[in-house]
Amino acid sequence: MLTMIYAALFYAATAILLAGVGYRIWQYASTPAPLKIPTTPAPITTTGVAFRMAREVLVFESLFKSNKWIWAFGIVFHGALAVVLLRHFRYFQQPVWSVIGLVQPFGVYAGFAMVAGLAGLWARRIVVPRIRYISGPSDHLMLALLVAIGVSGLTLKFVARTDIVAVKAFFLGLMRLSIQPLPADPFLLIHLGLVAALMIVFPYSKLLHAPGVFFSPTRNQADNPRERRHLSKWAAKLEANRAEGA
Amino acid sequence: MDVQHPFSDETTELPDPTEMPDIKVGAMAASKPYVAPCTIQEALNYPGELVENWQEKAVAKLGDLVGRYRSLKVFLDSCVKCGACTDKCHYFLGTGDPKNMPVARQDLLRKVYRRNFTLAGKYAPWLVGAVDLTEEVLDDWYTYFHQCSQCRRCSVFCPYGIDTAEISMAAREIMDHIGKGQKYSNEIIGKVFKIGNNLGLPPKALKATLEGLEEEIEEETGAPVKLPLDEQGADILLVTPSADFFASPHMEGLIGYAKVFHAAGAKWTLSSHASEAANFAMFIGSYETMREISLRIRKAAMDLGVKRIIFGECGHAWRVAYSFMNTLAGPFDFLDPKYPVPQHILEFTEEQIANGTVKLDKSKNDHMTLTFHDSCNVARASRMGPKPGGQFDIPRAVIKASVNNYHDMADETIKEKTFCCGGGGGLLTDELLDLRKKGAMPRMRALKEVEVNHGVTHMAAICAICKAQFSKVLPEYGFDREAIVSVHQLVSNAIILDKPNEAEAD
Repeated sequence: MLTMIYAALFYAATAILLAGVGYRIWQYASTPAPLKIPTTPAPITTTGVAFRMAREVLVFESLFKSNKWIWAFGIVFHGALAVVLLRHFRYFQQPVWSVIGLVQPFGVYAGFAMVAGLAGLWARRIVVPRIRYISGPSDHLMLALLVAIGVSGLTLKFVARTDIVAVKAFFLGLMRLSIQPLPADPFLLIHLGLVAALMIVFPYSKLLHAPGVFFSPTRNQADNPRERRHLSKWAAKLEANRAEGA
Repeated sequence: MDVQHPFSDETTELPDPTEMPDIKVGAMAASKPYVAPCTIQEALNYPGELVENWQEKAVAKLGDLVGRYRSLKVFLDSCVKCGACTDKCHYFLGTGDPKNMPVARQDLLRKVYRRNFTLAGKYAPWLVGAVDLTEEVLDDWYTYFHQCSQCRRCSVFCPYGIDTAEISMAAREIMDHIGKGQKYSNEIIGKVFKIGNNLGLPPKALKATLEGLEEEIEEETGAPVKLPLDEQGADILLVTPSADFFASPHMEGLIGYAKVFHAAGAKWTLSSHASEAANFAMFIGSYETMREISLRIRKAAMDLGVKRIIFGECGHAWRVAYSFMNTLAGPFDFLDPKYPVPQHILEFTEEQIANGTVKLDKSKNDHMTLTFHDSCNVARASRMGPKPGGQFDIPRAVIKASVNNYHDMADETIKEKTFCCGGGGGLLTDELLDLRKKGAMPRMRALKEVEVNHGVTHMAAICAICKAQFSKVLPEYGFDREAIVSVHQLVSNAIILDKPNEAEAD
């Protein structure tokens, strides 16, 4: 019964995550950007824009300019999350890629770093008056969710271990459409339940900043308005009623 | 104190321009510009007064804009409330009002967007801070979206590049469509359509002004420098803010352009049809109106048969010209393809200095020590020259070619991190003087620092709004109101003009 509930939950969560984020990306991609608005100085070529975007996504360039504390906590959290995610790849592949094998020992430290980064960000929301002012219930809840995922995961590793062979069989089974029994350990169920919740809220929350950044016109446009005429579809329609000889 | 500070003879510690204020909730709640009366609204085809079903109309307009502007859609969705922007707005630094923190200002619109257009906002509004558009919210919109000068400083620091200017433009467009427009901007836009420029200066008066300037220049320098108007067959159309025709130090800048054109032997003209570089339609977020104003420049260029278009010193005008004009009124394939369209007067002047057609005697400016105020729209929304950052280097190169004494202000207050003068974005109106004065605080502190530590006496700028704003607020901070100068005023002082009688003597 429990296995079936979790199997259904993960199928649903995966579907919502993929469809939801896919829909958002389609929305962003299909909404016109009628004017050239890169924040300058901006790269003047597409290659330059790719580098700017890479710096923004990988090392949080703008955030670094802004505030070293937020940057430090943010980069620790996101970097650690990436390693932790890579570490978890082993539950979804057989045989395990050698890269994923190499990541395993670092993944454990990353788990602690992730929670530490989140704690830092959360502390700022409480301690710094101007950030407290802009924080709402959902901002705290999102941090709580991520911390709970991290702590329950670490608990599974260090305190209340579960049968990870069975867990892997469960997820491989999900991928091969043959449901295998999931161990009924409370911390495992909490951990997985929270992860599924995160996947479900992703497309409907501020976690949209992940796909959003790639579509941000101030960051993804090249600074070349004099060289190339930029015209969106709806703006082009206005051209039709331009009455002049030339 | 009796004890001498160990570094006292090196530099003096002064208030930090970026110092964080204490949060003062509601400090600026009473600051709002005059609402546009019926006649002004209707001249721009907006409702004359607040329409009956304004909530419904406003939400519909928001939906329309979110579907037409990717910037708005992505910016409303992506904010994570990280706080990176919270201490970056000059109006927050100057007032302490938390709704002047960029994220809080955006949230005024975002909470209505969430309520009406997102799943979470529809079913769990309390969780994500979603609210219905009430009278109170509309009042906050009018108040705080008119405390944003659309300077984009916050967008430099946002990890997603969220630009509050885009949000405040959208909010103002929504308010215009429900009949709650701002008098100052909308009245000025009306004048451009009716008379041709922001000031409402008719062609005859403009002609007389220019002739007066010609006499003045000849009297002073002996050189027959011309300021032609509507001259058919000129090579260059100069489009400049109308403040250049009457205000100070703007006019000194215009005299500078004329002298540069004269020295370069350029055939140029002003146009009475396009006697305005400014395009206030950007401030109210109206693409259509911004386009119509830009088309006036296209028409003037065609009618006069010019080969190139050059813009005078104006901040947001240069943004609209550089970044938008090709989109709004292009293609400009009828102009000489050798030159970018448009060009900035500083690009032209720098080239003349570099190739030696303009010669300067720096000692003519020895009574001054200069610094340079990067105007926000030039710095963060445009470029000059072929390389990114040319908008910082070219003005400085021209200033340094014209003066011997120059010193930059603190790094965190110049170039891409420059502070707005406090009067941009359609806020240069008397009823907002308190806001303008407070918003100028970071720039004034940075200026004070170079005055005390480096003997700076004057600040040069390349924006009509900056010049007018500083003329007004400099005295409030204990500076001389004439401490603000045009960059081309410095060129004008230093330029060496051949006098006809001297040329004959050679």
